[in-house]
Amino acid sequence: MLLIDCPYCGKRPEVEFHCGGEAHIARPETPAEIADADWGSFLYYRTNPKGVHAERWLHGHGCGRWFNALRDTVSDAFVATYEMGAPRPDVAPENAKA
Amino acid sequence: MSQPFRLPSGGRIDRKRPLSVSFNGKRLEGFAGDTVASMLLASGQHLAGRSFKYHRPRGILSHGSDEPSALLSVDWRADRGPGYRDPNNRASVVEARDSLVVKTQNHWPSLETDIGAVNDLLSPVFVAGFYYKTFMWPRTFWDKVYEPVIRRAAGLGEAPEVKDADRYSNRHAHCDVLVVGAGPAGLAAALAASADGEKRVILADEGLEPGGALLNDVTSKIDGKPAMDWVAESVSTLDARENVVILPRTTAFGYYNHNHVCMVEKVSDHRADAPEGLARERLWQVRAGEVVLATGSHERPLVFENNDRPGIMLAESVRAFVNRWAVLPGNEIVVATSSASAYQTALDAKNAGARVSIVDIRLEADCGPELQTAKDAGITVRSGHTVIRALGKKRVSGLVVAPIDPDGAIGEKQTLACDCVAMSGGWTPSVHLFSQSRGKLRFDVELDAFVPGTSAQAERSAGACRGIYDLAAVIADGLAAGRSATGATDTAAGSTPQATASFTGFQPVRVLPTDADASKVKAFVDFQNDVTAKDIRLAVREGFESIEHVKRYTTTGMATDQGKTSNMNALGLVAGILDRPLPAVGTTTFRPPYTPVSFGALIGPARDELFDPVRKTPIDGWAEKNGAVFEPVALWRRAKYFPQAGEDMHGAVARETKAVRNAVGIFDASTLGKIEVVGPDAAEFMNRIYTNAWLKLKVGGCRYGLMLREDGFVYDDGVVARLAEDRFHVTTTTGGAPRVLRHMEDYLQTEWPDLDVFLTSITEQWAVIALQGPKARKVLEPFVSGIDLSEEAFPHMTVQSGFVCGVPCRLFRVSFTGELGFEVNVPADYGEAVWKALYEEGGKHGITAYGTEAMHVLRAEVGYVVVGQETDGTVTPDDLGLSGLVSKVKADFVGKRSLARPDMVAEGRRQLVGLLTKNPDEVIDEGAQVVDDPHRPIPMRMIGHVTSSYASSNCGRSIAMALIEGGRGRIGETVHVTTPGGFTEAVISKAAFYEVKGETADA
Repeated sequence: MLLIDCPYCGKRPEVEFHCGGEAHIARPETPAEIADADWGSFLYYRTNPKGVHAERWLHGHGCGRWFNALRDTVSDAFVATYEMGAPRPDVAPENAKA
Repeated sequence: MSQPFRLPSGGRIDRKRPLSVSFNGKRLEGFAGDTVASMLLASGQHLAGRSFKYHRPRGILSHGSDEPSALLSVDWRADRGPGYRDPNNRASVVEARDSLVVKTQNHWPSLETDIGAVNDLLSPVFVAGFYYKTFMWPRTFWDKVYEPVIRRAAGLGEAPEVKDADRYSNRHAHCDVLVVGAGPAGLAAALAASADGEKRVILADEGLEPGGALLNDVTSKIDGKPAMDWVAESVSTLDARENVVILPRTTAFGYYNHNHVCMVEKVSDHRADAPEGLARERLWQVRAGEVVLATGSHERPLVFENNDRPGIMLAESVRAFVNRWAVLPGNEIVVATSSASAYQTALDAKNAGARVSIVDIRLEADCGPELQTAKDAGITVRSGHTVIRALGKKRVSGLVVAPIDPDGAIGEKQTLACDCVAMSGGWTPSVHLFSQSRGKLRFDVELDAFVPGTSAQAERSAGACRGIYDLAAVIADGLAAGRSATGATDTAAGSTPQATASFTGFQPVRVLPTDADASKVKAFVDFQNDVTAKDIRLAVREGFESIEHVKRYTTTGMATDQGKTSNMNALGLVAGILDRPLPAVGTTTFRPPYTPVSFGALIGPARDELFDPVRKTPIDGWAEKNGAVFEPVALWRRAKYFPQAGEDMHGAVARETKAVRNAVGIFDASTLGKIEVVGPDAAEFMNRIYTNAWLKLKVGGCRYGLMLREDGFVYDDGVVARLAEDRFHVTTTTGGAPRVLRHMEDYLQTEWPDLDVFLTSITEQWAVIALQGPKARKVLEPFVSGIDLSEEAFPHMTVQSGFVCGVPCRLFRVSFTGELGFEVNVPADYGEAVWKALYEEGGKHGITAYGTEAMHVLRAEVGYVVVGQETDGTVTPDDLGLSGLVSKVKADFVGKRSLARPDMVAEGRRQLVGLLTKNPDEVIDEGAQVVDDPHRPIPMRMIGHVTSSYASSNCGRSIAMALIEGGRGRIGETVHVTTPGGFTEAVISKAAFYEVKGETADA
């Protein structure tokens, strides 16, 4: 079971959380002006990296807050967690060990 | 049974505490400290079960958790009644105590005489892949003949027939360092890791006492003292440290992400005096900062003909029985080995009084100091010999051996009479937990073994589980691992104890050389699944080259022992046949659990009503008293209907639905999801989340809100009331409440953090009582204070706050039936009292309690949709005919842009319509498919499906709703609906079937 470092509560077990998919995909300000293909990409297209991936997580059975996390999809190590709205941290890959 | 093979002295047993166990109805005697295996051997009983496939007689192979053969059914508390028996317990790890009742398995009529043993004679039939090859044809035989026969033959023990009567507990723990295994490496690691008195250390070991292999060792010295003295001193040092927890009888069975290690502790199985109610086992979920794996190694059996005969055991196990349990497994012991370690067995057994000789596959030149030591002790050593076969059936009676000439030819055979064989093919590090942690294994040619390579988590291995076998080196390695786990960089610091040099080294052998016809010989590789070398050869010949394929085809290594004793022999055999280096064949994946774990331990207290707690409404008690039939809806239990004497569901629902249309019905709607949306930006937030316009909704007004996902499909719906400028009372579907709140929070927190809004779930705070029907107002009137119920003062789709029965109330004038209706929201604690008052008053007006089934029929009669029934995540508002609820004015809301995508506005989408069967009494199946011509060839194009279907007493016929391609343009057309027997005809209508009379909801 993953151990996830909620930026508000600290380390808690995975069962308290819910993963909300890829992070840093902002909803367009004026959707009406977006072309069909671009809107389709916004809705459905996600990256699937082998390595560090930015994800949204919800501490649903805890503080109820959403936050972002960098998780290594190979090792499942959490490289960083950070508050929603903060920029993606620049993390060196050697920190990626669990 | 007496104990003729018990040695007069020695052993780690308490001779002052005799005990007895019932074995197949006979009395088996022993002492505290015994296992059932050591008691059986003390009594001279080697035969301990019948094998899985061939029903061959099997004995005790091992002394530990890797035992594949001696599997027993154990009734742990026969004196307490049923529910305490479980099958497939390894005799070698069942601690003996009074009142245990154990039985052997997999035989009929008895262990001694087993009809199933005929399989052994039929073995040419039961080749590898037998199931795949045999049960192919004829197809019709599968259900009636093959499957029942296979099911009866499958498995080893008998599953318990009643539910487990024991209790199980579970516990979470955190530590800085978890040490798995309390042998010399683990003890050393725990000593080093806890030395600072600060680091919290947990030391867990599957055995009943610490020591590991040293428990079997009476000759090694550490710092000049017997090895077990060092163990005792180490344990007492650790015990004295407050930062150390020692857990005996605790098996670490699973190594998961982020150093989450699951262990199961035997709490009471070994205690004759266990008080009733004490948990049987405890699941430990440990989150460790660092892990030290000191899990030891497994001895490899030798593979030769009839190597499974009772009396043939692993060499280290023979040593363990002699030294630890003071039992001589035989009087005439042949040690057959390719490993130096087995010489110690020979020496110890000889010291204990057995006649011993050694057959070594290795040449003299390849042996170490062990050879001379054995010779000096007067033991005959036959070096460069192979074992051709074992003699005897229910007990080994001899071993046929022969020298191997330098050219590889088999020399002159010789039969060595014996009643016990101690065999060793070398050692396999136990890398199970390391591999489970997703560490990468590395093949070490020198060691002929996979050892831990690259770690994936914060762990390190120490001692035999990484191929270090010499005692002094093992202790030094454990100390270094313990220090490194504390973060020390100088891991070599401190003094290392001196220890007697161990006999180490072995020559890998896969299958012993023989001149017998290899295609006829039964030489077992996997004892538990009855897989022979010949089966593996056949699999390779048939083209299975990957070990993962060979494993599945032959089932080698797939038994409950996870191939602890068999994996390396199987791998080596396959590599040898294919003439590839062993790592090229690969190794199989190790998965939890390391040893079998009871379901009880895994679920702990989460069983029965605690497994899936039932959510009940405040009115549930009344419903139960009034004969409701319940159904689960999401996590809730809801009253489905209230049958009167002699009524079935159909009759009850017909009566309930008629009562609502003709008088008044009362319905418990408390499960409706309720969310309060509060804050200066509440209306703006509602505007963005729902398709409707909210800014202009007056305080006191209600609106039916429709919510989409960003992809434009209907997500949820419900009535929303504006209680104040900055306060909305939102209702959701019963099942949708949690996800709707999450959906709202998601947008609020991640997309619009600028909005000043708070969301609060109030589902459980309010009980909701729906009064529906022409007389609803009359029932309610006497109880209301502070609210004018008249049509003018309180029109449809409005809300007022006041009092009902003197209880604060949010009163909604809403309807989910088309009739005049009110929903009375009162604080949950008052729900039942208000319900009772209304119900009693309603008696004057013909009030009828109705359940969810009638609710569904009533809403369908007037064409209201249920999200999740009419919708399936691919339905747009327009598909439902609800485009009127979608604001054309708002620039944006969640899902708006998607509604303009080409596929969302394409012609021919499935639209919600009604379906009227030609036969008005026929109720079609929900989910049935709709086609326009049933005579088309299969696969037939389907043009829609039925979403709801009921018998409606108010309409006097069946009604149904369906999503049909271009449906709204096809009203009046006949379509064909699938039925269990074929098709039936129905006519498309609009999706509303009943015209409300009198004062309607929409008046």
